[in-house]
Amino acid sequence: MGVPAIQVIDLHKYFGKLEVLKGIDFVVQPGEVVCVIGPSGSGKSTLLRCVNRLEESTSGRIIIEGDDITDPDADVDKLRTRIGMVFQQFNLFPHLTVLRNLTIAQRKVLKRSETEAREVATAVLERVGLTDKIDEFPIRLSGGQQQRVAIARALSMNPDMILFDEPTSALDPELVGEVLDVMRTLAGDGMTMMVVTHEIGFAKEVADRVVFMDDGVVVEEGVPAEFLVNPKTDRARQFLRMVRQESESDSQPSTP
Amino acid sequence: MALTRRQRIRATRWTVYGLSFALVIGAAVTVDWPALAGALFKVDLIPEMFPAVLTQAAKNTLIFTSLGFSIGLVLGLVLALMRLSKVRAYRWFAATFIDIFRGLPALLTILLLGLALPIALGGWRIPGVYGPGSLAVGIVASAYMAETIRAGIQAVPRGQMEAARSVGMTYTQAMVFIVIPQAFRIVIPPMTNEFILLLKDTSLISVLGVTAQTKELTRFGRDFVISSANATPIVIVGLIYLAMTIPLTRLVGQLEKRAARAR
Repeated sequence: MGVPAIQVIDLHKYFGKLEVLKGIDFVVQPGEVVCVIGPSGSGKSTLLRCVNRLEESTSGRIIIEGDDITDPDADVDKLRTRIGMVFQQFNLFPHLTVLRNLTIAQRKVLKRSETEAREVATAVLERVGLTDKIDEFPIRLSGGQQQRVAIARALSMNPDMILFDEPTSALDPELVGEVLDVMRTLAGDGMTMMVVTHEIGFAKEVADRVVFMDDGVVVEEGVPAEFLVNPKTDRARQFLRMVRQESESDSQPSTP
Repeated sequence: MALTRRQRIRATRWTVYGLSFALVIGAAVTVDWPALAGALFKVDLIPEMFPAVLTQAAKNTLIFTSLGFSIGLVLGLVLALMRLSKVRAYRWFAATFIDIFRGLPALLTILLLGLALPIALGGWRIPGVYGPGSLAVGIVASAYMAETIRAGIQAVPRGQMEAARSVGMTYTQAMVFIVIPQAFRIVIPPMTNEFILLLKDTSLISVLGVTAQTKELTRFGRDFVISSANATPIVIVGLIYLAMTIPLTRLVGQLEKRAARAR
């Protein structure tokens, strides 16, 4: 195998005295879709945010395609252009139109021409199915549409990988599907994806590998067909049982 | 004597009305109205003030205000960013600067820059006829604006900075293109208030020695009072100030109402 897309080596992270990541080792290969699941407070979002250094790790290393992003001398801004990020709260720029949301970083960071940036923006909007919203302001879009624009914004930088931080958790249930559809298509196109999610169904269908975290450590990982059906550890079994119960009680009203 | 609560309120109200009425009547009888009107509103003096009161004095007030506001805005933004900086020396400098110029009376700052500085620096003056006055009110305004702008920047959700950084922008780019434009929308109403305060503070510049060319409204009014031995000019100048500040105050009200609705 070649150079991994993301390689996490013995990562520790403290918030004050609280140790939230207790030695994480973990690899994402190019083209791989990895879903990170686990109870809230398990450190999975923190791990994801350490990968593009929105959160500074306390010790350990994170290697992005061979470049150490945790190195104090690393050009973090440049490395981040290779790593797309999609947030739980979308975080679109509310003072800019959809088009400008997609072109501003292309213009200012990649120094693309206005014409080229616009072409790229149109192309990625097409991939998320929102070309007709190009001149709208984010506030005029539904949550699902905003999140799709956020995915398009990440794509507009032509990243080698995209990190998803609970991308559907802030959405109304009926809007989750359209975002998962876009993510499914991306995965099908071979995008490298690290997805922190509660959507077990999505993980089962799309992920190449599922990583289960609890209490700041990776408890278990495996291919979804094995891990989700027959987890080896008690903690994973317990968590999956809990999540399934929740999703069943969620879906009951809609089943006739 | 037991009064009900309602009766008590009504009794109090009528007492207040009665006393006020007595005061008004008393004033109306005792005051020499023609003399008062002659002193405060001598109609034949008014044409003498025009057009200079507008073409010179009001114009100068507006020049001092806009120069001062521009200086205050730029300096205030720099100070706000320094206050939020990771570098401790910047934070310390900005905090001290803000403490000093919010703590000093504006009049003293004006005297400091307009009178004390030339003496201290062996006759060197801040250049420009409008220079010392504008700079002084600008510095005072910057100290207040810095805190307003800082609050505005901090009111922009953290996710905005994170999203901007995640697409590869530097801290400076993220501030300039994403955070500050949103912060400025938030601070438009309080900044308009700063503008009004600044406009009124320009009257303090009248303490500096001025040429006829740089007289602003207050100085113009004062000099006219002295030369005409009549108080009418102050009233006229006051009305001109109000003509500028009241519409702005109303505008702030509108802006605040609109901001509240957008939320």
